[in-house]
Amino acid sequence: MIAWILFHLFVFPGMLFTGVLGLLVGWLDRKVSAWFQFRVGPPILQNFNDFFKLLGKETIIVKNAVKPVFIVAPLAGFAVLTLIATIIGLALFYNEGFAGDMFVVMYLTMTFSVMVILGGSSTGNVYSSIGAGREMKLLLADELAFILVFLVPIVKSGYHIQFDQILQYQQLNGAVIGSPSGIIAFIVGILCIQAKMTLPPFHIPEAETEIVEGPFMEYSGPLLAFWKLDHYMMYVIFPFLLVILFMGGFNLTGIGILWAVLKYLAIVVVMIIIKNTNPRIRIDTALNFFWKYASPLAFIGVILAVLGV
Amino acid sequence: MGWYNKRLSKSLWVFHASGSPCNNCDIEILDLLTPRYDVKRLGIKLVGSVRHADVLLVTGIFNQKIAPRIKRIYEQAPKPIFVVAVGTCVSSGCCFKDSYNITEKREEVIPIDMYIPGCPPKPESMIEAVAKLIGVLNG
Repeated sequence: MIAWILFHLFVFPGMLFTGVLGLLVGWLDRKVSAWFQFRVGPPILQNFNDFFKLLGKETIIVKNAVKPVFIVAPLAGFAVLTLIATIIGLALFYNEGFAGDMFVVMYLTMTFSVMVILGGSSTGNVYSSIGAGREMKLLLADELAFILVFLVPIVKSGYHIQFDQILQYQQLNGAVIGSPSGIIAFIVGILCIQAKMTLPPFHIPEAETEIVEGPFMEYSGPLLAFWKLDHYMMYVIFPFLLVILFMGGFNLTGIGILWAVLKYLAIVVVMIIIKNTNPRIRIDTALNFFWKYASPLAFIGVILAVLGV
Repeated sequence: MGWYNKRLSKSLWVFHASGSPCNNCDIEILDLLTPRYDVKRLGIKLVGSVRHADVLLVTGIFNQKIAPRIKRIYEQAPKPIFVVAVGTCVSSGCCFKDSYNITEKREEVIPIDMYIPGCPPKPESMIEAVAKLIGVLNG
C-alpha cells in the first residue's frame, strides 16, 4: 500500500511523469513559438539540456537574502506541484478521488503562487520585490474567476465536489463543454490558466525586458533549475485539470488514446497561440480585465448552470 | 565531466554586458537572434540577469569608470562562466588605445577566454566563435 502510494507520488502520475512530459511539452511550446517567428526552433531535448546544465552550475546565495526562505521556496513549489499532479493524475488515469479534492487543488495552486511571492521577496533585490508584488496582484485578479470556473462543473454534476464523480457524470450525460455554460466557463478557464502560469499576455510578474525575470532574477544553478521545472510542470497540470472539468477525462482504450492526446494537445496549442499573438498588458489592465469582464462572465456561466442550460 | 560539458555546450545562455561601446557591436549581437541567423536553434538564449548566464559577452573599451563595474558583473555570475570579447575595441583598444582614461590591461580586469575582432564583427564570425567554444567544450 505504502509502496503503491510512493509509486503514484514519485513515478507515474506524479513527479517523474509530469516532469518529463512537462519538459517535452515545453519544447513543443518553444518550437511552435519559433514557427510563429519564422525561426527553426530548438532541438527536442533542449529543455532537458537546460535543466541538467543548471543542476551543475554554482548556486549563489545572495548576501542580503533571507537564506532559509530563499532556498526552500523553489523546492516547496516543486513539492506542491508534484502533489497537484498526483491528485489530478489519480483522478484522470485511475478514476480515484477523495471528498473535497477539488478544494485541495484550488488551495495548492494558490500555494504555488505564494511560494513565488516568498521566493521573490526573500532575495532583497528591488526587481525581485517588484515582481513578487505583481505576482500578488495577479493572484488577487485571477483567483475569483478561477474558483467560479470550478463551480460550473460542480453545479452541472449535481453539486459533487469530487473529480471522479464529475468524470462519472460526464460519462453518463456528455461533456460539460457541450453546454452554453460549459463553453463560457472553459473560455474563462483558459484565460485564468494563462494568468496562473504567467504566460503572455499575463507575464507581468516576470517581464524579461522590464524587470528581468522578476522573482527569479537572483536565482542561479539548481534552484533556478527547479523554478524552470515548476514552470514546465504547469504545462501538464492545468490542461489535465481542464480536461477533467470540461472534457470528460481520458478513455485509454483503443481509439480513445488518440482522442486523449488530441484533447490535451488542443488545449496546449490554444494556450501557445494566445501566448504568441498578444503583447504584455499592464498590471492595472489585468486587474480590470479579470474583475470587470472575466469574473462576471464566469458568474453568468454559473447562473446558467444553476438554471440548467 | 564529458557528459556535463556536452549538456553545457548545448545550452549556452548569454548575458550581454556593455562596457562603454558605440552600440554597433550590440546591434550585431542582437542580429544573431533574428530569424536569418537564429542561434536559438543551437540552444543559445539571451538572458536578462547575469545569475542565469553561462557566457558573458563584453563590448567596448574598458575605461577607468567601467572597469570596476565589469569586474563586479563577472564576480556576480555563477561559475563556470566563459567571457567572450566582441569587437576590436575590447581586443586591441581600437582608436581609443592612447586615451588617457583607458585601463592598461583588460586581462587584469577579468579573464577573457575568446576574442572576436571586427568593427563591428559580422554575425557569421560570431557564430564561428560560438561553434569554436562548443568544439572546445566537446573536447
